[in-house]
Amino acid sequence: MDLKIRTCEVFFKVLYWPYVKNRLQVTESDELRGTLMTSSKKERFLIAGVGALVGIVSVLLVFFGNPANMGFCIACFLRDTAGALGLHQTAAVQYLRPEIIGLILGSFFMALGRKEFAARGGSSPMTRFVLGFFVAIGCLMFLGCPLRMVLRLAGGDGNALWGLAGFVMGILCGIFFLNHGYSLKRTYKQSFPEGTVLPIIEVLLLVLLVTAPALLHFTEAGAGPGGNHAPLLISLCAGLILGALAQRTRLCMVAGIRDFVLFREWTMLLGFAAILVSAFVCNLLASFWNPGFTGQPLSHTDGLWNALGMLLAGFGCVLLGGCPLRQLILSGEGNTDSAVTVLGLLAGGAFAHNFGLASSAGGPTTAGKAAVVIGLAVVCLIACVNTFVPKKQG
Amino acid sequence: MKNTIKQLDARGLSCPEPVIMIRKAMMSQEKTYEMVVDNPVSRENVTRYAQHQGYLVTVKEQEGEYVLTMTKSAL
Repeated sequence: MDLKIRTCEVFFKVLYWPYVKNRLQVTESDELRGTLMTSSKKERFLIAGVGALVGIVSVLLVFFGNPANMGFCIACFLRDTAGALGLHQTAAVQYLRPEIIGLILGSFFMALGRKEFAARGGSSPMTRFVLGFFVAIGCLMFLGCPLRMVLRLAGGDGNALWGLAGFVMGILCGIFFLNHGYSLKRTYKQSFPEGTVLPIIEVLLLVLLVTAPALLHFTEAGAGPGGNHAPLLISLCAGLILGALAQRTRLCMVAGIRDFVLFREWTMLLGFAAILVSAFVCNLLASFWNPGFTGQPLSHTDGLWNALGMLLAGFGCVLLGGCPLRQLILSGEGNTDSAVTVLGLLAGGAFAHNFGLASSAGGPTTAGKAAVVIGLAVVCLIACVNTFVPKKQG
Repeated sequence: MKNTIKQLDARGLSCPEPVIMIRKAMMSQEKTYEMVVDNPVSRENVTRYAQHQGYLVTVKEQEGEYVLTMTKSAL
């Protein structure tokens, strides 16, 4: 009997050797640090797991009908939504994307369940609207939000490398201002109903989509990216699940690189990497992997403007505190500033198509280039004003 | 290391601003910092940063706000 117990003890000691070794060495604070390390390890597993799931679901959505390398693209999907609501008339990109509705509502329910729903706002909403607007312009120059940039890379689209380079540069610009005291000022508590306005609008849009789709503008099948979409229920569920998980893990495409540069904190970067790797593997398995620069789906080969578009997007996103995906998630948590940002993204998407600013497979337009340059100037101005203009105390 | 408590108010600020605030404050090498934040994201991020800097962190929740007390362990 004694021998049995002894064997078990040895067995467990071997199994948990790293832990046992720590226990044998140590002071109280080391032990505490040990438990803290374990909790941050758990967090890293969680974020890597969710990142991997985002990659898998994105490729599945393409498999079920979404445009190539576009399982998710927040900028494109908001642009399609703007089209469906008649805010722009480009017939090729009109569809009320259920993924957007799902992401916001998934986050909303998860936040309610975790008692993290908090209606807040008042941190320079108009400035955020303008930033959201120009982030959309930058994304539509590149043809994808930061999430689609990762998915494009995972699909073999070499043009996204230019985008990534610009994106990192944009984040570095934003970090410069953050380090010098950039702030859009404090948020304040709002009433509960105020925080639920955007989620309720999303529910109404869903009702409209299900019961009266004839009222909306939809791209006909085969007539453009808006015509390519997964079945409604699949899109909605994908959005709901990932919205909930993104709320739980705070997944953000900008925060990964930003926090690594600012604090050498790489937890969020792990999510970024996990999406890239898992989407890459899934693309290989589904035979979607198609490496190269030319002939890539829904992209153009103008390296400079791919980079400048994402520079504008990355810069703007750092000033906003998160990528377009994160803005959707925050708006579901009751953050009305993020809800205003989402409206800015929507307006930017509509403008981009009303005034020919969005690129196409043929390349960027002259008007689009001008808009990106103006966007960079405006974002710089916003950054300077909110960093260097002296603030009143209080 | 100074034997004082430095208090910081990061209510209403969204990440990464509270973390930048604590990082700047920690340059003054106080023994203890007390920071009030009002959202779980800031609570998690500030806690993680302070722990990486070798501070012990305790969190008290008061009516939707969190008071983080960060103390450098005497090593």
